[in-house]
Amino acid sequence: MKSLTSITHNPGPLRPTSAQLGKFGRALLLPLIAALLFLFLWSNVARQIDTSLGQFPGPAQVWEQSGNLISEHRQERQREVEFIKRQEVRNAETLASNPQAEVRIRPYTGKPTFLDQIKTSLLTVLAGFLLASLIAIPLGILIGLNESVYTAVNPLIQLFKPVSPLAWLPLVTMVVSAVYVSQDPVFSKSFITSMFTVLLCCLWPTVINTAVGVSNVSKDLLNVSQVLRLPVLTHVFKIIVPASLPLMFTGLRLSLGIAWMVLIAAEMLAQSPGLGKFVWDEFQNGSSNSLGRIMVAVLVIGFIGFVLDRSMLFLQRTVSWDKNAVLR
Amino acid sequence: MKSYLQLSEVSIDFPTPKGPFRALDKVSLNIAQGEFVSLIGHSGCGKSTVLNIVAGLHQATEGGVLLEDREVNAPGPERAVVFQNHSLLPWLTAYQNVELAVKRVFNGQKSKAEMKDWIIHNLALVNMEHALDKRPDEISGGMKQRVGIARALAMEPKVLLMDEPFGALDALTRAQLQDSLMEIHADLGNTVIMITHDVDEAVLLSDRIVMMTNGPSASIGEILRIDLERPRKRVELSGDARYNHFRHEVLAFLYERQRKVEKIEAPQASLKAQQKAA
Repeated sequence: MKSLTSITHNPGPLRPTSAQLGKFGRALLLPLIAALLFLFLWSNVARQIDTSLGQFPGPAQVWEQSGNLISEHRQERQREVEFIKRQEVRNAETLASNPQAEVRIRPYTGKPTFLDQIKTSLLTVLAGFLLASLIAIPLGILIGLNESVYTAVNPLIQLFKPVSPLAWLPLVTMVVSAVYVSQDPVFSKSFITSMFTVLLCCLWPTVINTAVGVSNVSKDLLNVSQVLRLPVLTHVFKIIVPASLPLMFTGLRLSLGIAWMVLIAAEMLAQSPGLGKFVWDEFQNGSSNSLGRIMVAVLVIGFIGFVLDRSMLFLQRTVSWDKNAVLR
Repeated sequence: MKSYLQLSEVSIDFPTPKGPFRALDKVSLNIAQGEFVSLIGHSGCGKSTVLNIVAGLHQATEGGVLLEDREVNAPGPERAVVFQNHSLLPWLTAYQNVELAVKRVFNGQKSKAEMKDWIIHNLALVNMEHALDKRPDEISGGMKQRVGIARALAMEPKVLLMDEPFGALDALTRAQLQDSLMEIHADLGNTVIMITHDVDEAVLLSDRIVMMTNGPSASIGEILRIDLERPRKRVELSGDARYNHFRHEVLAFLYERQRKVEKIEAPQASLKAQQKAA
């Protein structure tokens, strides 16, 4: 009896309606069908293409190569552990025979694996993007607040915005090697070069979108600020920044996307460590596995780009006051 | 009657591509402390411009505004504004919206605890103490306007400026808020200038109704003194002969003497005519 009443009282959350089920099914089923169709087409088309490095890799080869890349990474780590162990044993022996002996501890200098390159690329892109944002957001706010600054700076922004990263790269490389001179560098030169190239290219969307957001803050809110005679900093942090947050994030997401694309190209061209170098090395290597390994890199690059974008979206949802805003 | 707030021959020109456009022409008005004055007139007659000049958001081209014999030339919290569309900051709760104003006005004068009490006191004045932690998008239009009024009252303004504060609300909510406003005005004795389109609202709330002529070059047409005794009750007044007489006066001004026949383009057309004549 008791269970009967509870069922009649609360049928909702226990059993999803057929409409809900249909919606969920569609959200899951349709992308799945598209993905299977894509795999099918890919494997068929790949079989038709013969290159000087063998057949174009299909899904199966790519799967196999991704397994290889991971096991190579494990082997490389294993070798590193063994190297360090050997070194320790050798040093201990040397010290045992002669306590005054000078012991050298050398770092392991193996070839960076695919996973190492991913890590390098991620660190570089995040550093470049973060630094760019630290410059772009205040600059955008300044431009948006002040008509004169906007008029002054706008032509420069329009000039530098369309410049390809590859055009900057030689200049950045030369400047970094001339300026960044240190006996014991914390960061490698190649890291600094890639990071600055990324920075120069991903500055603009954030600057422009922040400026637009700031200059479009509702007149009513500006009036409130005026009536309260808010000091400049309070005005910026309490009114301007929250009001322009949505457009600011649009800019940040565009910037991060550009940063990631630019980085891969820059790494390829400059031979700086990272995924771009991995792709180039495989291309130069020219083994029958190369194309499959490059394809793995392509998919990983796409997936990381996707994850980066989603994380910005997540950040926007966490930070933004407007939880109902439609975010894509 | 000593004037507390004085508008003397206030005129304002707005620049347009075709030369300056005179929106207000020689508006003079003296308002006593504690007086409730309504501005009424057809749309586009410059009511909001008058209010914005008193608020300091616009600068008069000629003439000026004196508050306690000091010239007004910038916005400030002693002339708090209740905006038509509430203008609450959507990312702050009701409490935080009022807090922003209170912190700004009473910084150094009140302790933290006093400020907190003062914020809650003002929200309680407009019956919003139950929704301190609600954001503007979580409360109704009438409630938002209440918080907007609480924010303005919390600044302890010398003059409270209200720009069609209840214009966007439904009739029942509007009546409730009018009653609240009358109570607050009776308790605190604020000096109020309110813009309205609503004849009943003007007669019910005001000590004087300032009726404005149509623009361009709008100015004050007539001033009607409403000497109904307070407290006023809307239901009793609806049968009161004097109330209906005042209503009739305002309606006659608006729809007979200042009937608006011009189209929306009219100001520009007459401007052209003026330029041709020149």
